[in-house]
Amino acid sequence: MKDIWSTLQTIGIGLGALAVTLIVMYGLTVKLPGRWRERAQAVVFLFPSIFALFAGLFVPALKTIYASFRDDDVRSTKYIGLKNFREIFTSKDGRLVVITTFTWVIVGTIAIVILALTVARFADAIRGERIVKSLLFIPTCVSLAGAGIIWKFVYASPPTKVGLLSAITKGARLPTSLGGDGQYLWLSERGLGGITPPATAPGLNTFLLIIIFIWAGTGVATMILSAAVKGVPESLIEAAKIDGATDRQAFYKVTLPYIRSTIVTVATLTVVGAFKTYDIIAATTGGNAGTSNIATEWYTKFFLQDREGYSSALAVLMFVFVIPFVVLNRRAQRRAEEMMAG
Amino acid sequence: MTDVLNPAAGTASKADSSKRREPVGTSLSKASTGRIGRTIAYVLGALWLIPNLGLVISSFRPEKAVKTTGWWTIFQRPQFTLDNYKSVWGIGNVKGSDNLGHFFLNSLRITIPSVAISVGVAALAAYAFSWMKFKGRDWLFTTVVAMLIIPLQVALIPLLRLFTGGAHIGSFTIFPDLNLKNSIVTIWIAHTCFGMPFCIFLLRNFMAGLPREVMEAGKVDGAGHLTMFRKVVMPLSVPAIASVTIYQFVYIYNDLLIGRVFGGSKNAPIIAKLVDVAGTRGQSWHLLTAAAIISMITPLVVFFALQKHFVRGLLAGAVKG
Repeated sequence: MKDIWSTLQTIGIGLGALAVTLIVMYGLTVKLPGRWRERAQAVVFLFPSIFALFAGLFVPALKTIYASFRDDDVRSTKYIGLKNFREIFTSKDGRLVVITTFTWVIVGTIAIVILALTVARFADAIRGERIVKSLLFIPTCVSLAGAGIIWKFVYASPPTKVGLLSAITKGARLPTSLGGDGQYLWLSERGLGGITPPATAPGLNTFLLIIIFIWAGTGVATMILSAAVKGVPESLIEAAKIDGATDRQAFYKVTLPYIRSTIVTVATLTVVGAFKTYDIIAATTGGNAGTSNIATEWYTKFFLQDREGYSSALAVLMFVFVIPFVVLNRRAQRRAEEMMAG
Repeated sequence: MTDVLNPAAGTASKADSSKRREPVGTSLSKASTGRIGRTIAYVLGALWLIPNLGLVISSFRPEKAVKTTGWWTIFQRPQFTLDNYKSVWGIGNVKGSDNLGHFFLNSLRITIPSVAISVGVAALAAYAFSWMKFKGRDWLFTTVVAMLIIPLQVALIPLLRLFTGGAHIGSFTIFPDLNLKNSIVTIWIAHTCFGMPFCIFLLRNFMAGLPREVMEAGKVDGAGHLTMFRKVVMPLSVPAIASVTIYQFVYIYNDLLIGRVFGGSKNAPIIAKLVDVAGTRGQSWHLLTAAAIISMITPLVVFFALQKHFVRGLLAGAVKG
């Protein structure tokens, strides 16, 4: 009870502070003479958000970039050039982290876009369309950390018996090397059967985690692509059909090109999401057993190993990797707009 | 779960729903590809359901059953209990009680003000960007939108330092040390900063599309900017504000990183606590289930209650972002 009361109090303080700030700031400008008032009001309307962006995002980003060229000692912060970046790309661990990140981006994005397109194409107007789409969409509301926990119950290994995957491989009487004895540690083993990946290649467990990402991300992608597929003008499809196109041909030759810019957008969003993935890994393996990606490694290096410069370099690298995808997306969008206009 | 998943509702265009594709002439070919397509769709639906089902069922099973048998055996030997929930919520004197209730309230304490502050502040900026005239407006707006791509990780640690040590140039203090370490205020500010580009972007796109005549009429009546903002623009922007609010709510509630870094042990939101429980109590599978379900209730309720706005926000953010 006391807890609830203090919660309400805290929320009240937050909302009150917001209201008071705005009223005071506006009150200050009402008193000004005409020509100045307009300008002062613009300042008042923009100040809180621009200040937040400047002090909370822009300056911190610059500081991180600065720190990425310095050593890990907070006191000395000696300039060491590109040494942090070089370490990321030359050490075995660093390379595995970068390659794992790109594996997430490539595998995750391709799988999500294909699955979403499949559902958008086939689930249209079948019985239970809404139920299927709801089932796909529910993971979207659940936090990524929660999604990780849900899947822990699929991948769990002995001594606990909750793992569905272990039960399946055991039930299917697979060879022991493929988990047939139900003893396989899915999330801590990188290899399976006779195959063990080299030290700088992602292991089986990374792919198991990417499945979680796919599971969590397909719903939104489906929703967006379904809307786009249904937005294709009826007349275009009809015309193709009259010319003798089959359903399949109409889909590949008419629908897909028509919704191309939406596909690019969905892919970009997924790519950015994949680059930033931290929650899923944190909730399952914590980045151990060779599953760490840049975002997870950043957390580990800074908060657990106190490596200021190195972790900053990882953050900067993440930023640098995202940029080309966003630029490509903008370019594709612009081209699509021009095509539509022309 | 109804009209939202008809994507036409998501795009908020009535015209779409009238042209759902079921032309008479193609019904034959539809039936032939239909079977494969239908099977794929149903199989995917089932695959997506199973992990959820496992968690929900496990959460109601007794500790011993969870630890010794798989959740699917429930169909042969049904056993249900609420003990897991009681235990994690901290009701009664159950052994190993976690008092998750406190962290659940923390999540609300964090989420509600963060959403209000970010949307409120962003609405003002969006108004200025769409209806006020000043030098460098477009340039400034483009800069704000460009900040959308800055990953959280790039800005997080310096922001954390700002709260714990202030900002100095040499010995000159430009920002005082407010001693806000692990205060809930820091979490509000962090969420506000990081959510700002998205909120401004979405609201500005909507507000700039409002009819010019309405604004001119207001000007003629001698209404100032605050009056215009309060009496004209805000009421007309309710759909956009609802979408942004719900999107921000679910996003902030589900956030792990900021809560974990800024929350410390006392102010951590439930999602951060959940990940802690998963890490430190590797053997408490029965508690983990209930904790996970509790952490998921809020966004699911928000989604089911306000799905139309939620999906519209998602679509708007995606299609335009």
